[in-house]
Amino acid sequence: MAVNYEKMNFDIKISNEPLQIQSCINWVMSPACGGINVFIGTVRNNTQQKKVTRLEFEAYETMAINEMNKIAEEVFLKWPVQKIVIHHRTGVLQPGEIPVIIVVAAAHRDAAFTACRYIIDTLKQTVPIWKKEVFEDGEVWVAAHP
Amino acid sequence: MRILAFGIVKEIFSDSMIDIDLNNESTVEALKEHLEKQYPKLNELGSYMIAVNNEYASAGDIIHTNDEVAIIPPVSGG
Repeated sequence: MAVNYEKMNFDIKISNEPLQIQSCINWVMSPACGGINVFIGTVRNNTQQKKVTRLEFEAYETMAINEMNKIAEEVFLKWPVQKIVIHHRTGVLQPGEIPVIIVVAAAHRDAAFTACRYIIDTLKQTVPIWKKEVFEDGEVWVAAHP
Repeated sequence: MRILAFGIVKEIFSDSMIDIDLNNESTVEALKEHLEKQYPKLNELGSYMIAVNNEYASAGDIIHTNDEVAIIPPVSGG
């Protein structure tokens, strides 16, 4: 199962299958771009000195795709970038697995770096996706409580 | 009116959706008051938003009975 929203210059997907780094990079490659910036989020095996056994990701898929589209469209208005990929995984992930990949191609590296950082920072603030950290002795929805 | 729940709100509701009685054309604020009375644990969250038809809604926005309404607890993707 995957929700995919592919336009000419951006490719946005939420999937419960493993994300594919190489195909994300291939999708943005073009002779007109001079640099590709990649951010890969990975599941860390600890948080605040507690061992994390797995993460469980859940998305409100239709709205999440909507919000990710908004981020991509905003980025094209703000910086001279050529292609954007935003892929997010859902379901149960083990430490070391990849919940998110963001790839930005631009003619020059400054725009690619800046836009990539903006996309992951904004995604974490606005896109309705949630993760639950599961420990050996309990579990917690991240950021739910003050 | 049907309300969709995600993340921790699913645990607060003990379900992924609930049906509540709310007048047509209530505000988002009125919906939150109604929900918080029924589910006081919502007040313990850092914050939460209401989404109407896949868009974040403001306190004064009007909800119609056929809208898709969801509770959005603090997001934590990435």
